[in-house]
Amino acid sequence: MERTPRLRPGFRFQWEPAQKAHVLLYPEGMVRLNDSAGAVLKEVNGQRTVADIVAILEQQFPDAGSLADDVSEFLKEAEQQHWILFP
Amino acid sequence: MNRHDTMPAGDRPGIGPPLWLLAELTYRCPLQCPYCSNPLDFAQTQQELTTEEWTRVLRQGREMGAAQLGFSGGEPLVRQDLPELIAEARQLGYYTNLITSGLGLTEAKVNAFRDAGLDHIQVSFQASDPELNNAVAGSRKAFDQKLAMARAVKEAGYPMVLNFVIHRHNIHQMNDIISLCERLGADYVELATCQYYGWAFENREGLMPSRAQLEKAEADVNTYRQRLADDGSAMRLIFVTPDYYEERPKACMNGWGSLFLTVAPDGTALPCHSARLLPIEFPNVRNSSLHSIWYDSPGFNHYRGDSWMPEPCRSCDEKGKDFGGCRCQAYLLTGHADNADPVCSKSPHHDRILAARKAADHATAGLEELTYRNANNSRLFFRG
Ligand code: SF4
Ligand code: SF4
Repeated sequence: MERTPRLRPGFRFQWEPAQKAHVLLYPEGMVRLNDSAGAVLKEVNGQRTVADIVAILEQQFPDAGSLADDVSEFLKEAEQQHWILFP
Repeated sequence: MNRHDTMPAGDRPGIGPPLWLLAELTYRCPLQCPYCSNPLDFAQTQQELTTEEWTRVLRQGREMGAAQLGFSGGEPLVRQDLPELIAEARQLGYYTNLITSGLGLTEAKVNAFRDAGLDHIQVSFQASDPELNNAVAGSRKAFDQKLAMARAVKEAGYPMVLNFVIHRHNIHQMNDIISLCERLGADYVELATCQYYGWAFENREGLMPSRAQLEKAEADVNTYRQRLADDGSAMRLIFVTPDYYEERPKACMNGWGSLFLTVAPDGTALPCHSARLLPIEFPNVRNSSLHSIWYDSPGFNHYRGDSWMPEPCRSCDEKGKDFGGCRCQAYLLTGHADNADPVCSKSPHHDRILAARKAADHATAGLEELTYRNANNSRLFFRG
């Protein structure tokens, strides 16, 4: 929880109005993110720890209960996908 | 490397927006690769679009939802306005890719592009050693320049994407190629077996690997990939195998007019970069907006949906998966662009693929017998 994820070099996260979704852009590729993936990656900036991100999201979605497991799980998957790294 | 999940809706029912825009800035190029995908008669191309015209195209594309932008060619570096176009594209919100041979690149340019907002530079190589590389490229100093530029790209903080076009004269080099990429610190390595359009179709007999060569290469790549995984390396290997050894065609361009829009140097808008060879009239960005080109032009609507399909595709339950394959390949190999891509074993023309495979088993032509891509050879192909 104390680790600090950041996007892999060359990856860009942005909102695409035409797709009404957040996307991850990288060399010659693009992933369209669903709402929850978008909400998590939005907070990944190389400064916030996983715990920070969980706290922010729990504040944003007070009805969702504890988000620690979901967020950790998603970040693990994002790391396996080579979208983010934990330096 | 393209990944898309469910498609967003566009401005017409059933037609999504062009998410990918390829700007072929010029057909000019200092190299002469015999597998170049540029049209055979490129030397006849009329005036290139101006900076203002390209800027308009970029704006219109972005408004329609395009997010990935490729600058290619020819060699895009010969355009003096490249930094300006990069800055404009980045400011519009594109993810900008520069696809270059590395010739004409300097460290200063690498950094200037970075400052203008370029996201990624892909440097293409012809082989893992200077002799073969330079022979294929038709240039004596290409290899050292490429190495230097690959290093400069990495240094400047870009993701490093190296591209090797694979054919029968370098397919035995897989291990050397990958280990060169590893030493350079590449993030992605594209090992792209030749696709037979443009100059590559003309040179197919001299380029196509045999099945035995291909299987050996695939095994080499898989072994290497395993080793990278064991080492915890983040370098990704993308091996594009030739569809001539498949029994089903590729879902070409993810479907005609579904994601990709190419604008050629003279402003001709195309659903893919080789579609120019088809006997179809394509619109030009000089006379129409990108929006009307994409949604309303006969050229772009020609092969949308599946009502144009003859048999065997028409009644095939796989047509939603591969869209009948590639129109250019159907045209080049059967003379009719509507036909099923002959790669498909259900195609009545599949024998042409089998014949090409057989020829590849016995081919003996050396590199010197290939037709190199240059203006003199191009003029020979002009049929106008
Ligand atoms: S394939 Fe070779 S000849 Fe063709 S544009 Fe690229 S570098 Fe130039
Ligand atoms: S017959 Fe046509 S639609 Fe069916 S698999 Fe072959 S190419 Fe695809």
